[in-house]
Amino acid sequence: MDKVKQKDLILYSGLIILGLAAPFLFPGFKVQLTILCVLIVLAMTWNLQGGEMGYNTFGNILFYGLGMYLTASVQVGMFFPLAEWTESGGEKTFVHTTSQYFQGMGVGLLVAALVPTIIAGAIGYAILGLRGHYFAICTLGLGIAAGEIAGGIEIIGAGQGFTTPPFPKDIVDPGARGDFFYFLSFVLLIGTFVFIKWIYGSRFKLILNAIRDNEDKAEAMGIQTMKYKIVGWMVSAFFAGLAGGIMGGLIGYIDSTDVAFDGREMGVFMVLMAILGGKGTLWGPVIGAALFHFLKEGFWTLILGWQYVALGVLIVVIVIYFPEGLMGWLREKYPERFGEVIDEKDRKAQVELK
Amino acid sequence: MDFLIFKAPILMVQASLDGILLGILFALIAYGMALQWGVMNIINIAQGDLVILGGYIAYTMYLAGIHPAWGVIVSPIIMFFVGWALYKLVINKVVDRDLFISILATFGIAIIFQQLMNFIFGADVVVAQSEYGTTMLFDNSVTLPNSKIFSAVVSILYAIALVIYMKKSRLGRAIRATAQNARAAKILGVDTEKVYAATFGINAALCGIAGALIAITLTLHPYVGLPYTVRSFMIVIVAGLGNLPAVAISGMGLGLFEEFADYILGTEFRIGAVFMLLVFILVYRRFKLSKKREYLK
Repeated sequence: MDKVKQKDLILYSGLIILGLAAPFLFPGFKVQLTILCVLIVLAMTWNLQGGEMGYNTFGNILFYGLGMYLTASVQVGMFFPLAEWTESGGEKTFVHTTSQYFQGMGVGLLVAALVPTIIAGAIGYAILGLRGHYFAICTLGLGIAAGEIAGGIEIIGAGQGFTTPPFPKDIVDPGARGDFFYFLSFVLLIGTFVFIKWIYGSRFKLILNAIRDNEDKAEAMGIQTMKYKIVGWMVSAFFAGLAGGIMGGLIGYIDSTDVAFDGREMGVFMVLMAILGGKGTLWGPVIGAALFHFLKEGFWTLILGWQYVALGVLIVVIVIYFPEGLMGWLREKYPERFGEVIDEKDRKAQVELK
Repeated sequence: MDFLIFKAPILMVQASLDGILLGILFALIAYGMALQWGVMNIINIAQGDLVILGGYIAYTMYLAGIHPAWGVIVSPIIMFFVGWALYKLVINKVVDRDLFISILATFGIAIIFQQLMNFIFGADVVVAQSEYGTTMLFDNSVTLPNSKIFSAVVSILYAIALVIYMKKSRLGRAIRATAQNARAAKILGVDTEKVYAATFGINAALCGIAGALIAITLTLHPYVGLPYTVRSFMIVIVAGLGNLPAVAISGMGLGLFEEFADYILGTEFRIGAVFMLLVFILVYRRFKLSKKREYLK
């Protein structure tokens, strides 16, 4: 047992050192690394619903977009009138000082974490009572409706979009902005990972799995499934809201349907990443997100104009041919590595049968 | 209430007529969705994009100088083969699997279709002019484009033809048998694979008709497919599978809702209202069923 723990320790400290050193090793890819951290967070939180609980949601984008709008709105609204800011297109009339910027960001992120969590708790009882594909379609509708409605609200920029406060100009170091957002997202990633790893070792995860495998039986065993489903969704909403807040600051511009409630891109990406890596595993979404981001950034520029066709083909191929993902494939190939004990006699008997 | 629609009752007549005529068109798309859902047990997110593709076929004819109304005959024929090919390429691999797989796979197809249509036809909003003129009612206070009446009439004719075909023809009976029990149908000598392909083809053909009618009456754009999918999904969950009168009535209801939402909330919230209605309908049914300790299946 000690040996395993030691191995884990080396792995995790290695990854953390790599994560801390990454922006200095690859200064040109800071933005990409930041996005990667956010993607991993989104994939891991999606996996809590889609992978562990068997509730395939398209609606986590709702919390991501909400977090994005809330962070920016709070950051502006704390110091300046929000309506005038959006009307003037942002920075032209008002300038945040350095301390205002970071104060606003801090409070904004706090709000972006709490409000989506509360909303998830509030709508959870109604929405999570749906099952299977009804849940999937309902959450799809929820995400798109949010985008359409946000696109009609004047105070947050309506159709023209919302410029988030620019990074303070007093900080002259040109790399500071990239470092700030990278480390912010890296901290979020570590927080998410630690929390979800803790969930993986807890009874909570087993209950989620019971819901996935047979909700009626889980209920018959005396588990209040609804309570756990809602708490699970609230956890996802918390981290997705934070991820959205960071992305909003990083991109610097929020559009209702193309950036915030971007069901066509981010909303599908998080599903795809989790499935690509292997849903229902701790490391699957992490690996899937990294692989997906690498593939996407590597080939996106090569096939300019055809990205969405490639994305569509990728979705169809992954879903039809690799629904278990990378981890599922590995698990089938090397079951011993996953702690599955296979009786040698049994295996031989299986081979003979074939 | 300070809305224009309540001040001027004549607008209500306008909205109601528009809504009902539009709803008949939605019902046609929804019937296609109910057909494939009932027979093959898949949910096709690309439904709306098939509609738009059908519309672009009519638009292409319009550009070539042919009257776009002929699209209601040409478009379904082409779309039938598109649907058949789609079935052979992708759909046949998702038929017997988890519904979420069909949702995601057809979502992928929808993205491909959108982008390809964007390449071929451009990202502009287009419309095929039918030049049918308009009918004025009630002292010229209600305008009714004749193309909308044309589209409603064509939809009804096609729906009747389809119902008769499903009842009388050999293939129609095979489709209904497969929907009832695929295994039993197979044992009795029905080539279910062919039935599935034909079902998906018929669905695509229905989308083609609806698309051609939309090209004449409304507007086309490569990325507006998803709202049509959601509308048809909504109609199907309200009306149930394979109940044509109910599909027609809930289609008209949806059309009415949309036109009134358009007048009351404003056009910018129209699509948002459609999606919110979907959420409300699902949640309403969920609460109603949960009283009986059941859930939507």
